[in-house]
Amino acid sequence: MCAGRTQYVVTAGALLLSASVLTACAGHPPSTLEPDGPKASEVATSWWLLFAVAAAVCVIVIALAIIPLVIRRRARADPDNQGLRFVGIFGVAIPAVILGGVFALGLRDLSNASSPPSPTQVTIDVVAHQWWWEFRYSGPGTGTGSEVVTANEVHVPVGVPVELRLSTADVIHSFWLPQLTPKTDLIPKKVNTTWLTVSKPGVYRGECAEYCGVEHAYMDFELVAQSTTDFRAWVAKQGQPAAQPTSALARQGMSLVTTTTCASCHTVRGTAADGTVGPDLTHVGSRPRIGGQIISNTPDHLASWIDNPQNIKPGVKMPPQPLSQSETQAVVAYLEGLK
Amino acid sequence: MAGTVIPERRGAEAAVGATLDELWEEEPGLLGFLTTVNHKRIGRRYLVTAALFFLFAGVSALVMRTQLAVPDNHLVSPEEYDQLFTLHGTAMIFFFATPMNSGFGNYVLPLMIGTRDMAFPRVNALSYWIFLFSGLFMFSSLPLGMAPDGGWFAYVPLTREYLPGLNLDFYTLGLLMLAVSTTIGSINFIVTALKMRAPGMSLNRVPLFVWAIVTQSFMLVFALPPLDAANLMLFMDRRFGTHFFDTSHGGDAVLWQHLFWLFGHPDVYIIVLPAMGIISSVIPVFSRRPIVAYPLVVLATVATGIISFGVWVHHMFAVGLSTVSLAFFSAATLTISLPAGIQMFAWLGTMWFGRIRITTAMLYAVSFIVAFVLGGVTGVMFAVVPFDQQVTDSYFVVAHFHYVLFGGAVLPLLAGLFYWWPKMTGRMTSPRGGLISFILVFGGFNLTFFPMHISGLLGMPRRIYSYDGDLGWNIWNLLSTIGAFVLALGFLLTLFVFVQSLLHGPRSPDNPWGSNTLEWATGSPPKEYNFPVLPTVHSLNPLWDGKSLASMEEHDEDDLRVLTDEHQTLRTSEFDARIERVMTMPEEIIQPILVALSLLITVVFLLLKIYVGAYVGAGLLALVVLWWTWNRPEVES
Repeated sequence: MCAGRTQYVVTAGALLLSASVLTACAGHPPSTLEPDGPKASEVATSWWLLFAVAAAVCVIVIALAIIPLVIRRRARADPDNQGLRFVGIFGVAIPAVILGGVFALGLRDLSNASSPPSPTQVTIDVVAHQWWWEFRYSGPGTGTGSEVVTANEVHVPVGVPVELRLSTADVIHSFWLPQLTPKTDLIPKKVNTTWLTVSKPGVYRGECAEYCGVEHAYMDFELVAQSTTDFRAWVAKQGQPAAQPTSALARQGMSLVTTTTCASCHTVRGTAADGTVGPDLTHVGSRPRIGGQIISNTPDHLASWIDNPQNIKPGVKMPPQPLSQSETQAVVAYLEGLK
Repeated sequence: MAGTVIPERRGAEAAVGATLDELWEEEPGLLGFLTTVNHKRIGRRYLVTAALFFLFAGVSALVMRTQLAVPDNHLVSPEEYDQLFTLHGTAMIFFFATPMNSGFGNYVLPLMIGTRDMAFPRVNALSYWIFLFSGLFMFSSLPLGMAPDGGWFAYVPLTREYLPGLNLDFYTLGLLMLAVSTTIGSINFIVTALKMRAPGMSLNRVPLFVWAIVTQSFMLVFALPPLDAANLMLFMDRRFGTHFFDTSHGGDAVLWQHLFWLFGHPDVYIIVLPAMGIISSVIPVFSRRPIVAYPLVVLATVATGIISFGVWVHHMFAVGLSTVSLAFFSAATLTISLPAGIQMFAWLGTMWFGRIRITTAMLYAVSFIVAFVLGGVTGVMFAVVPFDQQVTDSYFVVAHFHYVLFGGAVLPLLAGLFYWWPKMTGRMTSPRGGLISFILVFGGFNLTFFPMHISGLLGMPRRIYSYDGDLGWNIWNLLSTIGAFVLALGFLLTLFVFVQSLLHGPRSPDNPWGSNTLEWATGSPPKEYNFPVLPTVHSLNPLWDGKSLASMEEHDEDDLRVLTDEHQTLRTSEFDARIERVMTMPEEIIQPILVALSLLITVVFLLLKIYVGAYVGAGLLALVVLWWTWNRPEVES
């Protein structure tokens, strides 16, 4: 009996555990309702308020619509001003009060969102491309004199307001970090600015929210929020020129990258490769994912990407590379060494 | 409710029916099919054609939902997916919702105001043929693999120089062509409603459906020019190298958005207002009492039409405009919910003070109220600018506008279809079939679109052809997809109910629902000439006042309302509907379809860049128009 009961408990526990594992497998969404910064937090708070009012309105209206269907009664030959009064109260007066409240809430949120509570200390230029993000660090606050350029990966210090200057190299995109800041569009020949503060260290998913062409679905980036010390260390490292290849294979890869078509689109700082069409590869080996976050950055993935990116991200601007298998391996060895 | 045939009609028909039959009969056979100008035939065609386009656009959506059922799916390629969602939106908005309303307007409006045809019957035929050809033109792009792929609002510069190919040319040319049809159709509705109402139908006795159609038509006349201008400029930019939207030569990318939404926001109400007009027709009948607060509802309808031109920027809150304009358009967005609230509570009040009779039409009307309030409350949320910026372009906004457009237009259109079906076909539909299909449609609709609120809040952007499985979106997408198939099943069943009714449905009496408006004083289906004697209207609810119907028996003494000499109807004054004079109405001709065909030829050659052919097409068009005006009917002075 007792053993049997234990068995039940264990089974139930295992079921619960597997259920929670399944839930974990289902993943963690970049939810607007789990904000980690003041901007998104304020929106989330307003949402819950709006949701409560909306739910109340819906319940009342739906009840008013359903009750006459259920409760049959004799039609009343009422004087019509009874109906007028009904519409005047429920359709005009009460909505006007609610809408006034919503307007006040909107003005408050708008004013709070339009500028940060304290001056920004770090400025990052964000340039959107079909279908990847370029981030450029400059000026004070980064602790570096040299220019730092990354792709699809942006680091910011925790607890500090960060200014983002948004522009686009081609079509209209929209910059969205659901847990941190609402959307701002990137418009040709225009620089929009927005700001964000991240309240705790972590990695956050960023997305393009405006349809921008065939690979709009895979134009994601990640934002890494870290302590100011870690952030400075990261910037300093990214500011370094590219690492020198250490093996013969990597050296062959370097000469391929700098002398073939790679160099016409990509920059590897400190080498002859200085193209500006595609992502800066100076520290590509340190990035967790590639291709606008579509695949993780492993040597195999990188090799198949270089061989034919169209198989992985159809429509991407990078053409298939006419390299032999051994040449591809050499290029991969070089790039993975660019930590 | 009277017996099978309204006695007043029987009397009038016995006296003058035979003469009128002869006068109003149209050419039979194929020639008659191509030349007809009868508003009921044209109205039916609008309904059938728009329903067909709804089917195409709906199947596109089913393919998209199947693609998104599970993460990392590869059912369709990214390019195909982009074409599907662009065509789905474009077709549902332009080639389904608006023409479907035109179909009801065409069929019902002349009957409802007590006249014998539209003001310009030949122009009416023209607007149908152009609609049909522009729709076929637009949809032909999909099997050719060249469907528009820039999203239904086609933002530049993506659509200007980043999407080569004919795809976007199908879009600009197709919409420009359709705009011709919509514009002349709107003018026709306005003139018909203002000049052809039955004697006595002064403005305070005009049914709400007619108010809605007239408001919508005025809106179309003012909203289409910005869209046409934008499409023309985009076509010229793409084809002839002009720089309207070219930022590197001083053009402006945001200009497109202003022009598009200056049309696009009024368009929401262009679609929803006539649908609300249907609701205002259905609810009083099945509540067995006149609508509550009629003057307020009229004011609300017209106010919606006007205010809707001042809210377009709420589609552009993330563009980076000044805080002042954001605040202004936030206020305007909130203001427009007031007239919507008035209409909503007028319907609720009518039901509250009435005695309900549940029919399929009434079920759809009530379900509209439920869906529209859900779409309405999320719409109000969008007035809070930072919240708008958070959820715009996510699945939350997809959920919102489907509650507004499916809930606010498709459900009322179904209500209207079930309500007017007996009038149009002379057959009743099965109540049980109606109930089951209603449950499937309404359930499927909610299961499809409600989860999208959640996936949007969880950070899922719209218009993505696939997504990773580790983002927590899987279950919501799967639910939406299941809902889409339930919805499709509901529509299949609805179709079955209508076919079954056509084949085996019981015959419908003249006024099966005990309705209040004039269309129910005619036969089911109505005769070619609609009314043997044009009635005199004594109230807002002529079939309930006991006097208006009786006016149809006065066929002996009052010849001015009988009009048996020629193919004629009455012209009345705009405000009080006093008789002004007798009008001879034009009969069927072949030119409208020829004009539409030459327009199609012109557009196809423009698409194919064969400009000589386009000149020939335009020349042909001019010649046919000349021929048409040459044969003007004799106008009585």
